[in-house]
Amino acid sequence: MIKHLLSINNLSILLPEGADRKCAIENVNLTLSAGETLCVVGESGSGKSLTAKAIMGLLPAPHVRVGSGSINFGTEDLVQVSYERLRQIRGSEISMIFQEPMTALNPVMSIGNQIDEIFRYHASMAKLERQGKAIQLLKDVKLPDPKQIMNTFPHELSGGQRQRAMIAMALALSPKILIADEPTTALDVTTQAQILKLIKEMQSTYNSGVLFITHDFGVVADIADRVAVMQEGLIVESGTVNQVLNQPSHPYTKSLIAAVPSLTPRAPRKKSDESVIRVNRLNKVFGGEKSFFGFGKSKRIVNAVQNVSLDLFQGETLGIVGESGSGKSTLARCIIRLMDYDDGDVSINGTNISKMGRAEMRPFRAKMQMVFQDPFASLNPRIKIGNIIAQGPLIQGKSKSEAEERARELLSIVGLDSKAYDRYPHEFSGGQRQRIGIARALALKPEVLVADEPVSALDVSIQAQILKLLDDIRRQMNLSMVFITHDLRVAAQVCDRIVVMRYGKIVEVGTTAEIFGNPTHDYSKELLSAVPGKGWENKNSASLR
Amino acid sequence: MIDFWKRFSRNRSAVFGLAILVAVLFVATIASLIYPEDPFRLAGKPLSGPGLNGFLLGSDSLGRDVASGIAHGAKTSLLIGLIATLAAVFIGIIFGAFSGYYGGRIDDLLMRITEIFQTIPSFVFAILLVAIMKPSIESIVIAITVVSWPGVARLVRAEFLSLKNREFVQACHTLGMSDLRIMLREILPNCLSPIIVIGSLMVATAILIESGLAFLGLGDPNIMSWGFQIGAGRTMLRSAWWVCTFPGIAILITVLAINLVGEGLNDALNPRLRERQ
Amino acid sequence: MNRTSKILRYVSRRLLQGIPIILAIIVLNFFLLNLAEGDAVDVLAGEAGSATPEYMDQLRAKFGLDKPLPVQLLVYLKNVVTLDLGYSFRHDMPVSKLIVDRFWPTLLLMVSTIILAVGFGILLGLLAAVSLNTWKDAIITVFALITYATPLFWVGLMMIVVFSLNFGWFPTSGMENIAAFHEGFDRVKDIAHHLVLPTITLSLFYLALYTRMMRASMLEQYGLDYVVTARAKGLTERRITFVHVLRNALLPVVTMAGVQVGALIGGSVIVESVFAWPGLGMLAFESLFARDLNLLLGIFLLSSALVVAVNLIVDVIYSFLDPRIEIG
Repeated sequence: MIKHLLSINNLSILLPEGADRKCAIENVNLTLSAGETLCVVGESGSGKSLTAKAIMGLLPAPHVRVGSGSINFGTEDLVQVSYERLRQIRGSEISMIFQEPMTALNPVMSIGNQIDEIFRYHASMAKLERQGKAIQLLKDVKLPDPKQIMNTFPHELSGGQRQRAMIAMALALSPKILIADEPTTALDVTTQAQILKLIKEMQSTYNSGVLFITHDFGVVADIADRVAVMQEGLIVESGTVNQVLNQPSHPYTKSLIAAVPSLTPRAPRKKSDESVIRVNRLNKVFGGEKSFFGFGKSKRIVNAVQNVSLDLFQGETLGIVGESGSGKSTLARCIIRLMDYDDGDVSINGTNISKMGRAEMRPFRAKMQMVFQDPFASLNPRIKIGNIIAQGPLIQGKSKSEAEERARELLSIVGLDSKAYDRYPHEFSGGQRQRIGIARALALKPEVLVADEPVSALDVSIQAQILKLLDDIRRQMNLSMVFITHDLRVAAQVCDRIVVMRYGKIVEVGTTAEIFGNPTHDYSKELLSAVPGKGWENKNSASLR
Repeated sequence: MIDFWKRFSRNRSAVFGLAILVAVLFVATIASLIYPEDPFRLAGKPLSGPGLNGFLLGSDSLGRDVASGIAHGAKTSLLIGLIATLAAVFIGIIFGAFSGYYGGRIDDLLMRITEIFQTIPSFVFAILLVAIMKPSIESIVIAITVVSWPGVARLVRAEFLSLKNREFVQACHTLGMSDLRIMLREILPNCLSPIIVIGSLMVATAILIESGLAFLGLGDPNIMSWGFQIGAGRTMLRSAWWVCTFPGIAILITVLAINLVGEGLNDALNPRLRERQ
Repeated sequence: MNRTSKILRYVSRRLLQGIPIILAIIVLNFFLLNLAEGDAVDVLAGEAGSATPEYMDQLRAKFGLDKPLPVQLLVYLKNVVTLDLGYSFRHDMPVSKLIVDRFWPTLLLMVSTIILAVGFGILLGLLAAVSLNTWKDAIITVFALITYATPLFWVGLMMIVVFSLNFGWFPTSGMENIAAFHEGFDRVKDIAHHLVLPTITLSLFYLALYTRMMRASMLEQYGLDYVVTARAKGLTERRITFVHVLRNALLPVVTMAGVQVGALIGGSVIVESVFAWPGLGMLAFESLFARDLNLLLGIFLLSSALVVAVNLIVDVIYSFLDPRIEIG
């Protein structure tokens, strides 16, 4: 029998009274060996993160605590060891990296000091030696100019650089186990690919066991040796990466994998040449305005959108793809006149709406509606669902009874119970709220729907349902759609044409098949090659139509 | 509402504060019933100790009844505190809402004005205002309002600033809703909780300012107030300790009660903070 | 650019930003002066006993009070900028000289108060947060709650009753025993002896404020992600509390200390008048009774300028504590 680095036996974690279930995780069994990567996959609330925290003794005591079971590390049980011993293990033998490197680092302490602490508390070394080691570590994680980085503070680094610094910290004492809790979720796809690569390299250097928590099957395909799938606190399936991804046995695993959109673009649809929206040389600059009294510092200028021209054709779904800061959301908000732009024109059905005043604009508002990203921020918590949906028709001059009737009709179209009419947003789940948001947008019978990352805050199974709903509605109502996403898998399944943006500019436009099959611009190529799990041909993926 | 009371009543000190506050309110409302006479009137032998000569809490150097003064003073304190706070909250909401919602130059201008009022030492400013307008209940209310609105303005501005970029507000724009309606119907209800909390704490501060002004001799000469009682009694400190002590205790427990209620409201209205504890 | 020259530029920019505020306060001052019943000549005439209308007109012309308001404002601005704050007929002295004389006792009182309040506030708040939900926390919280609700003047009077009248430990009023003609170190000791009660009185309220803030700030910081990271790194709880959490928790308290300076000046008016401490606050109290508006406005102006200055100092301190502040 192989000696495992870590074995978790029948571990249960109790939740405080009044929570929606008694145990966060129940009878969880996991093992991890040296040099191996174990991915724990699950949707939000599955207990995957708490499992990781339990190993480190980082459960939010006293409310959440281990109920039963053991976590064996070497000859010790981490559930039973003394606090002092646990402290010694943390950071030196088992270390951890987190999802959001910005908040996980102390904002007022330099990177150098934050690394130095680990040496000071786990090893006795002279100051110069510690400094030399720290600089070497920063070099190892491929941060530019490590000496300089030592003196910088977290806010001065980019997201990817911060995560690299976190990794350097975690690997400072060559730990036997590295626990990574969604370490790339907050990062852009190209940065994610680099960080995953770095973790792999570091693992082979140190021969550590890596416990990798993620919700993304693409990442699993790229990094895992073995996989454990969690659902509501239970491990429903575990096995090698090949078994779980390609021959899943448990229905839950099957449904999860089926919900992962394939990277192979869907079959093209017949296209129209009639332009619904035309954007002509649009520019939007942020900052730059002086403050009132002229004493304030002029703010940094950001060219959010530069010289963008595009057409949205009747009945098509146009994807706008890019990483954070590419200007894709700003562009969408300019098109729909949520933001004023500096120059350029937007016309809808040939009418230029760029210079319209508020009253003039109102009838055109109804033609273009928006679906937002965050289902928790996009509904006013103080207004009942029915009123949220009926608001639009009321403003556009419909009578109260008409608006109410329309709202009830829409609730059934988006698949919600009519009882939802008199409830408040907090009574609904993320997916349901997104349905409500869609209903609100449809209440005005728009011709164009602008969807800004409508599924990126949702779990993968809910994501598939919402994408299906959007597609059904698009067909039924003959909508043209602008679909903003950072997720190329989603784009491949949803869009007819794709616009790739970077630094506020369009770098490439083409049909989905062209972009995925034969990208011409270097950046498009880079984006595509960075998609996690691109080597994994998901045969189980259900087509969206 | 029931839900809110449940959360509020979980905080025992807040319920305790509320009980005291209700008691003070009760005394204030029945002051004219139990002490129908003018509290400034000579009611008996001067400088009687507590319990002597028919004075529950003693009398001062002019033979005025300290207990009667406290009962009538309760009315003054609560009334001034409440009115000044309401006025300050009103002004603060207007400044903060426009500043936060429109941003840019309007924000710059309004916030500079707010900043000036925040820089000015508030109590000194209040003294100055009352001195110039001549002491009266109106001038006191105006002075307290003028020095306390900037805090509300800052708070409301911050709330509006963060809420106006929330997606539900953007959704209202895409529906073609007017700015005024967005501000009043969509954003304002979502920042009521912090406004209620800061408002309740401001009542306490207003009572303290009022008593301070009255102590310095800037109270309305025709209206009994706790600060005035203490100010009038300070020269007799050596011989008649009760004249200063009891009104002070009245201020202390009233302000304490309001602060406790304010904290209870904060805990009950901001569930996030509660979970952290 | 190195950090020192950055900070120098930051300070000068902040000084520039302070100018419009001071100007606005001067203008406000001018209008308050005009709002008050009667002008300087009326006051002067009242002082002199009787004056003919012709003489008063003559005087008005002399002081420029017959000119239109904007001109008067400009003259007033010029006067203030050249530190001419008018004349106090009560004290028979220029206001500026009077204020400068009385400024030092107030500064002494305020500095000792700030040190006591901020220092102990941070300590108590820290102690309460570290021993959350124990008897220590309970005592500190109750103490802070009660002192936070007590009017300053009442505390002062009670202090006098207990510590001066009953125990006779401290003098009831004044800054020094003038009759004793102390010199050198004896004088310092004498002043310190007089300083104890006013300082404690003035600091109690702010002590409570900083204690509450510090406790809340510490608890908030304990809940943040970087604390989890620090634990995951295997640091001791001691290190986490005193190095990681403490420094972050101090930031809002430092900001608050700056904001509260204005209130502290207000408090010193009350405390100085209770203890007859011969500072600006006492002067303001006296000028209230004498209806010496010129003097009151001068004190008001100086205290506003003081707030601007202290806020600048606090901002500079803050920029050292928080590297996220852009000072370039």
